Order: sequence, then C-alpha cells, then structure tokens
Amino acid sequence: MTKLAELARLIRSKNAGPFQLTFDVMFEDEARYLRVKKSGAISREAIGACFNLPAARVLLFFCDNAYAIKASIPRPFFQGDLLDSDGHGGQQYAPLMEIEIP
Amino acid sequence: MDELRILAPNGVCGSGFLETTFEKALALQPHFMGCDAGSTDPGPSHLGSGSAAFPREAVKRDLRLMLLGARRLKIPLLIGSAGTAGGDVHLEWFVAILKELAAAENLGFKLAVIHSEQHKDYLKKRLREGRIRPLDPAPEFNERVIARSERIVGMMGAEPYTRALAAGAEVVIAGRSSDTAIFAAIPIEQGFPEGLAWHAGKILECGAASVVRRTTPDCMFAWLRKDHFVVESPNPEYRCTPQSIASHSLYENADPFMLVECSGTLDLTHSKYEAVSARAVKVSGSEFIAAKRYSVKLEGAEKAGYQSIIIGSIRDPFIIRQIDDWVERLKARIGVRVTQVYGDRLKAGDYLVNIRIYGKNGTMGPLEPVKVIRSHELCLVFEITAPTQEIASSIAAIVRHQGLHLPIPEWSGLITALACPYNPAHLDRGAVYRFNVNHVVEPDTPYEMFPMQLFEVEGARIREVAHD
Repeated sequence: MTKLAELARLIRSKNAGPFQLTFDVMFEDEARYLRVKKSGAISREAIGACFNLPAARVLLFFCDNAYAIKASIPRPFFQGDLLDSDGHGGQQYAPLMEIEIP
Repeated sequence: MDELRILAPNGVCGSGFLETTFEKALALQPHFMGCDAGSTDPGPSHLGSGSAAFPREAVKRDLRLMLLGARRLKIPLLIGSAGTAGGDVHLEWFVAILKELAAAENLGFKLAVIHSEQHKDYLKKRLREGRIRPLDPAPEFNERVIARSERIVGMMGAEPYTRALAAGAEVVIAGRSSDTAIFAAIPIEQGFPEGLAWHAGKILECGAASVVRRTTPDCMFAWLRKDHFVVESPNPEYRCTPQSIASHSLYENADPFMLVECSGTLDLTHSKYEAVSARAVKVSGSEFIAAKRYSVKLEGAEKAGYQSIIIGSIRDPFIIRQIDDWVERLKARIGVRVTQVYGDRLKAGDYLVNIRIYGKNGTMGPLEPVKVIRSHELCLVFEITAPTQEIASSIAAIVRHQGLHLPIPEWSGLITALACPYNPAHLDRGAVYRFNVNHVVEPDTPYEMFPMQLFEVEGARIREVAHD
C-alpha cells in the first residue's frame, strides 16, 4: 500500500465557481496514473468518504491524456459566506493525500 | 482566412506580464488581443461593495502596454469582466483608467463599453415567466432575493463582442463575461470551427497558466487554423507539453470535459494533444454542441451584515484540552450578556458569533477528519456579524471581555485566557457580503441583457456616438 500523496506530482483543490469545490490529482507519467486508476481505490465512494458526502454528490473523472484524476463536490459552505473558511478553496485536499493505493 | 493569430498578454489584467515577452508576441503579428480582467474567485465582497480585486496602478500598467500594443498594430483589444465583478461601478472604474491612458498617450480609437449589471425589474419579469432556472447547487432565488441584492450581473457570451466589433469598435471594454468568450468571438465570426475556437479561448484566458512551470504571469499565443490550433508562450523559457495543455482544462472547472457556455457546451472528450516542438502543442478534435436554449449565468451578491473580528491565542494546556466545551460555554455567556445589554432590540438570530479554532479545524471546519489536537497552542478568530457596524463592534467588546475571563474548573481565581496581539483587540471589517445566485436566465436574444455604448476617443476628447 502506498499513499496517494506519494504517487501524485500534484494534489490540489480549488473553487469551481462559488458553489463547488474541485480536486485535481495529477501524475508525472502514465505508469503512475494507470496504477492508481486501475487500483480502483479512487471512486466516488472513496472521495465522498473523505468529505462526509454520499457518492451521489461526487463527480469523478479520469483524464487519460492529462494523466489526471478529477473530482468535484458541492462546497460545504458557499464561497465567502459567513461560515466559509477557505475563500479560494485551496486547502481542502489533505484527506485525499491519505488514500491508500494497493 | 486560414490562420488567426491570437495574443493573451496574461490571465488577468493587473497581474502583470513581461514587456520583453509582450514585444516578442507583437512581432508574431496577432490579429487581435484579448484579456480577462475579473473573476468570482476573489470572493463576493467585490461584487457586493463595488471594489476591484487588483490595484488601480497595477491594472493601469498592464492596460497601458496592451492599449499601446494594440493601437501600434491596429488590432482589436477585447477586455472582459473589466474591474473584477461586472457591475456598472466596476466598468466605470476600468473605463476611467482607459480614458486617462488615452489622454496621456494621445490615442485615438473607437471604443465599445458593454454593460452587464442587470435591472431588478427585468430579472423579476424573467423569474415570473419561469425563464430563470437553478444550477446545482443553488441557493433559494426569488423576488425578495432580487430586491435585497446589492448587485446582480449576467455573464455574457461571445455575441455582444461580435456586435461591438461589427459596429466598428477597436477597443471593447465589457462587463462580466465568460472568460472564454473574449477569445472565441472573433474566430467564430470568421468561420473557424466553434469547438477549436472555444477550446483555444479556454487555454488563452489564463495567459501562461498552462505552461509546465510558470514562474511569473506572462503571455500566451495561439495560431488557430481550420482543423487545429497550436499554442505556445512567447516567453522562450516557458514550455507547453501535451500533458500541461490537457491538464489546463481541469483548472477551476467542475467537469474537465464539458464546459458550458451561453450558446452551448465545449466538449473535450475527443480532443487530441500533440507536441509540435519542445515548447508548442497542437490541439485538434475539440467539439462544440449547440444549446437548445441560449442561457446567461447570473452572479449576485447581498449584504450579510457588518463584521468585527478578534484574533487571539491560547497556550494553557488545560483550556486547549477542553476547547470545544470552552467555546460553547463562552458562546452561552456572550448570549446572556448581549441580552442584558440590548434586551428586545437585538434577538438571537439578528447577530452571529462564529469562532474559528486554528490548530484544530480552522481550515476545514466540520469536514476536518483529524479530531486530535496535536498543537501546544491554538489561534482563535472570533467573528461577530450584526445588522450595523456599531452593534458588531459593541458585541466584539463583549466577546473580548467574556473570552478573557471565562473560568475553567482547573483553576480557582480570575484568569486571563486569551492572548490578544492587537490593540484595540477587535478589528472592524465593515460590510460583508455573500453570493446569492447560481441560476441562468433564458433571454430572447444574446444582447438584451448587455446594452452597449459606443464612443469616439481622440486623446482627452471622448464623444458618445451611440448607445442602446
């Protein structure tokens, strides 16, 4: 088992507009990308579990030509609203780093 | 025309680009220059308060170079989302800078200014007609929301740009705009395939953000042809690779393959990315699916109240180990004291005391999976939001005093629990805003929400020649 953070060249989060958060997991080469993709460890269920969300609220995309995996979720609080803690959504990816890849 | 050359000096007007790169780009003889100048990313306060996200002098520096370059080559300069958020106040702010530059440099050109702030009566009418529909997720949107909004803007598509250019405009300053539309308008009008036009626009609108390693914001250039386009940064140190360009469609989008515009959806499912040199990438296969109904996205902001904050820290391990309980006890004490002071004049729901605990879950809030505090100190940010600044400041003073001396069972005697680095301890933040719309309007035409003014600019002399 290897943590996702050790296989990716970049894991990041960002606003996708004021109402959604999006996560990009990017890999240096095809081999590492395919290892993670084929492991099945990255699923809508797995991403949802990181953010207390049902799988149905998670969008998940495998971008073969970018060697990247992308997920998007509704923001827990809308951007800039009184209880929002991360206006740019840039520091919400840490739980993804811990996902174990067989 | 078989080839259209497009220059994007940078990803947002006011973030800067290198003059040396810009001169190299002009030597490539672009047919037009486009620049995005706004976003929702800086947050709702800009739309709500009417302020810009980038400093005036920084915008002026970038705009001066773009304007001089565009007039030297006699090519159109298209700027979208001028002044950050698309309100009339933002547009005026930006156009005032442009006028100063035209006067200082004695430039002559035909100027189009395209508005994007929406009349509330228009929105209420469209809402009643059932022609405003929610995106997902969306806050509740009704006539009361429209009435209490500070400002609601529409995000224009490519058509208003095309209309301005057809009217003879050489410089177009537009309010809130699809970033991509700034770059797609001219290619579509010239008959280039829409899929390639929108995809090239998607890459260009972020300037050099799609290069492998961007050290500083800089220019991007595209050669659009009938069956592909090539992108390369004119900065010789910047490299585009198939992977870096393919990856860019992920940035700030919820869906990396389907990008929704007013007139349809850019579909990148079958896009092909090939290296044509060590620094340039060829893109083909991108498609555009026309929408059944033209739709314009709305962005709105309303005042959430007035805010004061206190920043304080805690080092006592007794308090840290009971921090959640301490915060709840403090909130209860604040509530009692506010009621003593204001009585019926201020109800519990009229103000909000939010306490962020940095060192515990300040960044992720309820989504933080780590429950154990490992830090020997915590930073607390107390936010008080109330109907007026005076009340917010007054409650902040109550919070400070209650927070300082809230007892804990471990110590007997009066304690001082908070270290406050600032004096006065609280900071008044003024009005704070929230986004309140995530909906689209279905207008009759792509133009009805975006009235245009046309001006003849001759140095310091400006004459309005037409308006909607």
